Amino acid sequence: MISEHLPALQVVIPLLGAVLCACFKRGVAAWFVACVASVAVLIVSVGLLAQVYDGGTISYALGGWRPPFGIEYRIDIFNAYVLVLVSVIGAVIMPYAKRSVEQEIPADRQAWFYSIYLLCLCGLLGIAITGDAFNAFVFMEISSLATYALIAMGRDRRALLAAYQYLIMGTIGATFYVIGVGLLYSMTGTLNLVDMANRLAGIEESRAVLAALAFLTVGISLKLALFPLHVWLPNAYAYAPSMATAFLSATATKVAVYLLLRYFFTVFGVSVVYADLPISWIFLVLSLAAMFGASVVAVFQNNIKRMLAYSSVGQIGYITLGIGIANETGLTGGIVHLFNHAVTKATLFMAVGAIFFRIGSVRIEDLGGVGKQMPWTAGAFVIAGFSLLGIPGTVGFITKWYLGLGAAEDGWWWLVILIVLSSMLSVVYIGRFVEVMWFRDVVPAARRAKEPPLSMLLPTLLLTGATIFFGFDTRLTEGVAELAAQWLLSGAR
Amino acid sequence: MNLVHEIVGHYNHWIIIVLMVSGLYIVVARGNMIKKLVGLSVFQTSVYLLYLSPGKIIGGTPPILSPQFTVYSNPLPHVLILTAIVVGIATIALGLALVVRINEAFGTIEEDEIFAEDEDE
Repeated sequence: MISEHLPALQVVIPLLGAVLCACFKRGVAAWFVACVASVAVLIVSVGLLAQVYDGGTISYALGGWRPPFGIEYRIDIFNAYVLVLVSVIGAVIMPYAKRSVEQEIPADRQAWFYSIYLLCLCGLLGIAITGDAFNAFVFMEISSLATYALIAMGRDRRALLAAYQYLIMGTIGATFYVIGVGLLYSMTGTLNLVDMANRLAGIEESRAVLAALAFLTVGISLKLALFPLHVWLPNAYAYAPSMATAFLSATATKVAVYLLLRYFFTVFGVSVVYADLPISWIFLVLSLAAMFGASVVAVFQNNIKRMLAYSSVGQIGYITLGIGIANETGLTGGIVHLFNHAVTKATLFMAVGAIFFRIGSVRIEDLGGVGKQMPWTAGAFVIAGFSLLGIPGTVGFITKWYLGLGAAEDGWWWLVILIVLSSMLSVVYIGRFVEVMWFRDVVPAARRAKEPPLSMLLPTLLLTGATIFFGFDTRLTEGVAELAAQWLLSGAR
Repeated sequence: MNLVHEIVGHYNHWIIIVLMVSGLYIVVARGNMIKKLVGLSVFQTSVYLLYLSPGKIIGGTPPILSPQFTVYSNPLPHVLILTAIVVGIATIALGLALVVRINEAFGTIEEDEIFAEDEDE
């Protein structure tokens, strides 16, 4: 029945949708197709999560070729969670996209825009669902190439520059990933991740395997924008179209984090990665550098999208901090932050996109008094901003609570203090914009601004509601994240 | 003698390493956007060889089962690299398209000139 083939549909639906979109001339038709595809993808991913929750890991042999010879789609509790995360954001953002894209993208390119967006969605879902190392590379490149094109569609000419720089960095990252996979393949003779993990037993200490680990770590870290490999991110997010920024900031880096965790825990195993190598310390130091360094830079940004982009680099630091702490509580904090940060940052970028829709600027001097003109939108910005700071009652607090607990379990009280201190920095950079929006006089640029159309406002408010809801009811997010962390740490078979 | 044998015997690895490092060096060291893409292409090509060279077994035949042959070469790397080549072409094509548009928008493809122009704004 169809429920058996959900894993294939997860990737095939957006792929076919992308082709269909490219056939249309009019943006509205393409938007409709993208809408249907995004909602269908969401239904499929929720179905998969339910199946995994009840029945355990699903193994799907693509095209009927049984693993390890054919490509295997393997869905466990962790990647089912990532699939839901990506597809939720993809579905929520579609109603928002219509008006925003109509304004920002020339009419003759709107259909292409949706087509590329669906390709990007397809690539991200593909990375998360596949159990094959090389297949993951192909999907990584599908999503990356689509991302470069999405960014290049920004109206500012600097968007082209940002896309070019991201293309260079992203391709180096992907190529490092392929080198790593190539070395593993020549050592094990297999590309199936489960099979690879079994065959690596006994040869973990060989130099080629360790080199593979190094190449994979650096390559994927480039994709997930681990400090100091983040330099492509701020410009890319600042100049991309609003809808693309909101989607990418919520999903692209999260999927890369997932891939890194998959290699660390299921392929190489905890004993290799954490016991013998200083990876834990490398991640702790780099995460702290991101949490403080990027946040300090964010304080000095006058472009609100650039500020949020630097804040993203800092927030990714919290996720990788969970990888560095690597006990069950800390890892839960890192994994739950995948979802929490996705919801929070998507809300912030959508609110900013809505403000841009009305004002046509994202510079701090044009935002004075926006809160009085657009109270709902600016209110959503404030609440999501609270979540960024980690105020109790928002999702951001949940993350910091678990990260703090995880650090305390290891007796690292200094780390708990540093987590709190870094949150203070986000008070400064968010507070600066909140102050301008709400407590300044209305500047001429904002004088005629009013609330954005409902199709843009409602999705933003929906995600704002989610940042509060999941801050109180953590059964779904934290529950699944904890299961995933347990599963990863217990050897993940 | 042993050392010479070691070096010559692994000549495929040496070629891969030289290509890999020089490709990466071009990307980092050049400010011309087309030259950067050329470097990127060289870098990617080195990875193609990294996959292909262990797939070939000396004396091995194409993997078609036959009683006369017992040693076969591995066909899988070729398939993988065909895919990787397609991906590489797509990347370079997109990169070149972006450079064309950058040239239209900024009037130059030298990175330092563009950054200088950017600061004036």
